[in-house]
Order: sequence, then C-alpha cells, then structure tokens
Amino acid sequence: MSTAAPAIKDHRALRFLTAGSVDDGKSTLIGRLLYDSRAILADQLDTLEKKAAGQPIDLSLLTDGLEAEREQGITIDVAYRYFATKQRKFIIADAPGHEQYTRNMVTAAAGSDAAVVLVDITKLDTSAKPVPLLPQTRRHALLAHLLRVPSIVFAVNKLDAAADPAHAFKAVSESLTAFAKQAGIAVAGIIPVSALRGDNVTQPLDADWYDGPSLLQLLESLPALQERKDGDLLIPVQYVSREGEGTGNQPRTLYGRVAHGRVKPGDEVQIFPSGQTAIVAEVRLASEVVDVVEAGRSAGVVLDRQLDVSRGDWIATPKTVHETNRFSATLAWLDTEPAQVGRKYWVRHGNRWVQARIASIESRLDIHSLEATEAHQLAVNEIGHVIVETQQALPVESYESNRVGGSLIIVDPASNRTSGALLVKGAA
Amino acid sequence: MNAPLTVEQLLPELDHTHLDWLEEEAIFILRETVAAFERPALLFSGGKDSCVVLRLAEKAFKTRGKDGEFKGRLPFPLLHVDTGHNFPEVIEFRDRRVAEMGERLVVGHLEDSIKRGTVRLSHPLESRNGHQTVALLEAIEEHRFDVLMGGARRDEEKARAKERIFSHRDSFGQWQPKEQHPELWTLFNTRIKPGEHMRAFPISNWTELDVWLYIARENIPLPTLYYAHDRKIIRRKGLLVPLTEVTPPEGDEQIETAQVRFRTVGDMTCTCPVESPAANATDIVAETLKVTVSERGATRMDDRTSDASMERRKKEGYF
Repeated sequence: MSTAAPAIKDHRALRFLTAGSVDDGKSTLIGRLLYDSRAILADQLDTLEKKAAGQPIDLSLLTDGLEAEREQGITIDVAYRYFATKQRKFIIADAPGHEQYTRNMVTAAAGSDAAVVLVDITKLDTSAKPVPLLPQTRRHALLAHLLRVPSIVFAVNKLDAAADPAHAFKAVSESLTAFAKQAGIAVAGIIPVSALRGDNVTQPLDADWYDGPSLLQLLESLPALQERKDGDLLIPVQYVSREGEGTGNQPRTLYGRVAHGRVKPGDEVQIFPSGQTAIVAEVRLASEVVDVVEAGRSAGVVLDRQLDVSRGDWIATPKTVHETNRFSATLAWLDTEPAQVGRKYWVRHGNRWVQARIASIESRLDIHSLEATEAHQLAVNEIGHVIVETQQALPVESYESNRVGGSLIIVDPASNRTSGALLVKGAA
Repeated sequence: MNAPLTVEQLLPELDHTHLDWLEEEAIFILRETVAAFERPALLFSGGKDSCVVLRLAEKAFKTRGKDGEFKGRLPFPLLHVDTGHNFPEVIEFRDRRVAEMGERLVVGHLEDSIKRGTVRLSHPLESRNGHQTVALLEAIEEHRFDVLMGGARRDEEKARAKERIFSHRDSFGQWQPKEQHPELWTLFNTRIKPGEHMRAFPISNWTELDVWLYIARENIPLPTLYYAHDRKIIRRKGLLVPLTEVTPPEGDEQIETAQVRFRTVGDMTCTCPVESPAANATDIVAETLKVTVSERGATRMDDRTSDASMERRKKEGYF
C-alpha cells in the first residue's frame, strides 16, 4: 500500500517569542493573549479574581507568579505557554525580560517563527520628529534579526495611556519603519495595542485612524518556518533501525528529518563522510511506506544495497556536500565560564558530535551600539564573531541559507553544560 | 470502541495540521532518545498520555503491514511503577495492552520498597503518589536505565512549563531547575555522566486538547475509566472522591452514585473523577474544546470549568 505523505500546511503551529522588558507590558500582553483565547485554567483565574477583589484582574500576575518562583532561585531561560484559536495553535517562548536578555533571547529565538518586540509608547517623546527609539527596542529587534527569526513584529503598547493615540502611533510607526529599513530588517507588522485594556490584541481596534489587523490576526497569518523542499536533498541520519538484525535479509532503515529537498524511491544518494553511493529503494513516513517525504519531516530511507551508515552521517544528493574543518561563525555565549580560545569543547552539528576548538575570536558585538569591537574572550551573554576548528570535517552550510546545516551547539566537556550557540557564516 | 473518525470530520471548524506537526516532533524526539542513549525505557502507566506516547513509539519504530497492524517490537521495555493503589481497571488494561502488542513490561512495585524499608508510610492509607519516586529510582538503578521517555506535558502546570524536552537528572535522580541546559533548535544536549540519567518528553508541546484530538483521530485504546460510567462517590471539599478500599467515607459522609469520567488516572488515593456524560473520545474533545475556545466573556466562565472546580471555586470564597 502506497500513500503520499500529507503535506504540512502553512498553518501549522506558530512558535513566537516576546521581547521587551517587563515594564513594557510583556507579562500583561502574554496574559491578555492567554486570557482572551481562553487558555487560562479556572483555578488560575480564581486566584487572580480573588487578588483583584472586585477590580479588573491584573493579567500580568499570570506570568509574575513564575517570577516569584525565580526570586526564590529558580532561574530558567524560557518557559513555554500555549494557546489556540479556531485557526491556529500557538507556542509562546516566554523569555524573562531582565538584563541578561541575550542568553534568553538566543534560546527563545532558536526555532521561533516570529518575534514580537514590545515598544512602550509612554517612554517615547512622540512630539519629536523622528521619534527617538529606546536602545532596547533596537537591540531586541536587531538580535531577533541576527538570529534570523523569520517574522519580526512590533507591538506598540500602552496606546490607552497616549493623549493622542492616532498621532503617537503614526509617529512611532514612521520611526520604527525608518530604523528597520536602515538595519535591513523586514518587518512583518507594526501593531498598535493596549495589552491592559485588550485593545487590538485579539479584538480589532475600533478607531478611525487604524484599519490594520489585530495582533492575533497578524499572528494567525504569519508563516511557520519551512525548510526548502526544492533543490538538493540533505538528511542528517538520526537513527539507524536495528530491526531485522541477524536475519540477513531485512534491510536497515535510516531515519532522519529532511533538512532540505525531498526523497523518493529511485533517487541516487551519496552518504557522507564515506562518499559511498546508492539508490533509494523505499521511503517511509512514520510507520507507513510512502511515495515521497519532503523537507521538515522525518523520513525512513531504505537503500538498495547494504552500506555502512551510522548516526551522524548525512544522506545527500551526490556531489552537493562540501565538508570543512574550519569555519567562521557568530557565537552566542551562554555559559558563566567564559569562552576560551584553544580549549577543547564538544560541538554538535546535525546528529554528529565532534571535538572542536575556538581558533580565534575575531570580534565582539557591542550589545549597545551593535558594532564589532576587538575582543579576546567572550563572557556570558556576549556575542562574537569566531573561527572554529573541528577535529573532523563537517558539512556546514551558512545559517542564512539553511538552519539545519548552519547551526551548532558547544558543550563544555567538563560540566556537560550547553555553553554556546554557533551560527555558521561560511568556510574560513 | 469509537468508530475511526478523522479530526477534520470531528471538528471541521478547527485547523488540524498542528496535530501532524506535533506527531512529527514527537517521533523525532523518540528516535533521538533511542539513538542517543544505551538503555532507554518508556514510562507506561496505562494513562492517556502514556497511551499516546506508546502509539507514537509504534509509529516511530515499527512498520505497518497491509492489514494496518504494526509489525515488530519496540527497541526498549515499558516501565511502570505500581503503587499498589492503582485502579484495577488500569492495571488490567496495562497488562492486556502489553500482551496484545507483544512488548516487554518492567514493573517496579512500591510494596517492594516498603518491604525493603526504603519507603516508610506514616499511616497505611497515606497517599502513595509521592513515594513513587523512590520505587522509580530503584527501578532505574536496578535496570541501569539511562533515559526514561514519559508523557508529561508543559501545559499541565507551571513547573512543567519550564522543563526541557530532554531533562537532566543528577545522580540522586533529581531535577535541578537552576542547572537546566538551554535547548537550542533540535540540537539536544544528551550528554550525561555515569550514574546520571535523562527524562525525555516527546509530547511536551501538546495540550490536553491535542491529546484527546489525537486519541480520537488515531482511535487509541484507553482504560474504560476515561469514559462516562456510574461510580460510587463521596462529595468532599468540592471534589468527587471515588469510593474505594483506600478512600472510605469519613464521618457521616453520604455515598452516592454519579455519572463520571476521569481526566487523569493516578493513584486511587488522590485521583478524582469529574461529572460528565462524555462516552467516547469525540465527546471528550467537544467537552475539552469548551474549556479552551468557548465564547469570550467572563459570564460564561461556568461553562468552561468542570463541575468539580466550579464547586471548589464557590467554597473558596467566590467574592
């Protein structure tokens, strides 16, 4: 029985992160999204209602409950929250907005389809022309852009507190647009909201000066990240099925999520690093034999001959993989122990673990000006440009062209901590 | 048994592609776990979440023949910690499913830990839920498991919302929230030291509604407890306490019969059903859906809560 793999449509769950400090109304905005989409459990709501004692409930308490836990010493980069509308499921990567935002934002941004950057309009001089933006608005937007979050949305919050919201929003929009253009950021939308009152969050704004979507309408329409289905095939081998081992007549199945391209029976493929070639005899999706499996989904590949293939290898269109053991990358350092040039670390690329070292630190990103400055070390929450050497050659691609081939993590061999994230620029 | 229904037929107004995506992610995580560790096991209690994970594991590791049946065997055993206070329907279901599927089941008995003296009860009818950990860790040590796959979900409670998909446990088996590794892309850091282990949660990103949608779509067998049935209960502090040998009536409490179903099936001493006429997974999806995407407005709150939590609300003050 052969069936075609059902395609994942654009409307799969949207993962998005929220950026902006707590004062900008991030907690209230998340609370508002959860509240208006009915994702809050009755017992949580009871607690809020009791605290409110007859007054309108404070939605920020939904996330502040977690902050109280943090004060007791439970500091965790990201919490995940869920809500759904009739059209779509959403996963919010809720990164705490305090000063150590880089580490949190890197974690939340890796794998996010969108970033919502909050702009607190009460902190801006909307009579100036152009309106000067706060440094953290620029930083958060630029970091999201640097980490290649596909859709960046500005939510201009606290419109309820503006004397002339129409003018204020127009002035801030112009300033945001100019900044984004200058920085090369493609903006998915600039949305006026009042998280406190619920204006234009899930319900469209009733105002003659704005006819755009509500924040939720925009989020419902944003694309989920899609790997490229056209072009060359690339599959990092995740798991080799041992099924039938010893019987001698059952082929091995090579499982892995297709990074780009598609795989179908009859395709000629090459295995890396061994360089052996074979023809695809059968492809599977989950437990079913299918005609084709496209990028973004896990394929089971059976080859027409027995080759020595193991976890960490790559299945690809012949002659398309270029391996190198020296490459340049953006490094986001996450560990309290600073990054050291020359020290041996473990890195993970695809499904392969290899030893590696940072050959040199070329520069550090000044998190305030976002300019490259000279550096010899990277401390926690710092981002730099580095050259990495690996003990074995890896088929790295630029992060910009392919996230699977372009991302690595660095693990400290002594502590096993995930110390850094690498976004590949190219061979060096 | 439910007739097989597609979720599209079930709830045509919902966009269901996220179920495919959740399935894809879960299968990816299950394969990652088996590939990255030496001695994995799957926690299987017979509860709805572990039944979902079990089906996902079949899809990840077995092939389906022309008859629609899964062939082969999972590359790991199932592990259950039996508190001795489990609902008999659940234990019966667990053993039947394992036998039907031809899988290996390892059971860690809390009674054994009590006999060994590693668990001491303060009184015979004490809830054994909290003591499960001891028996679980003893089973991990005995069988030298280095990773346990489980059906925990981040939407269950606040602490779970923070836990990673691959969650590190130290040599005492403890989760250290402060020491969690950031989890970047799908480049999971699965490195552990001897004596440590990991927990892997393939359905972290699922909600209760997703679980029921999937059960309905895949026609996954569950213990009968999950569906509406008549049960002797006691109304206590806003909860429907099931009448069992370990939860007898206190004082002059009235025993009555109610139509109930269980939303979770844990230890008998601490698991209460809710009043519900939902007789199959489709009905439960409809009920669960009301909880999350009902019409807006606080006046409709009452519709969204189960009877039990509604009562709790009233007793807790309800200004």
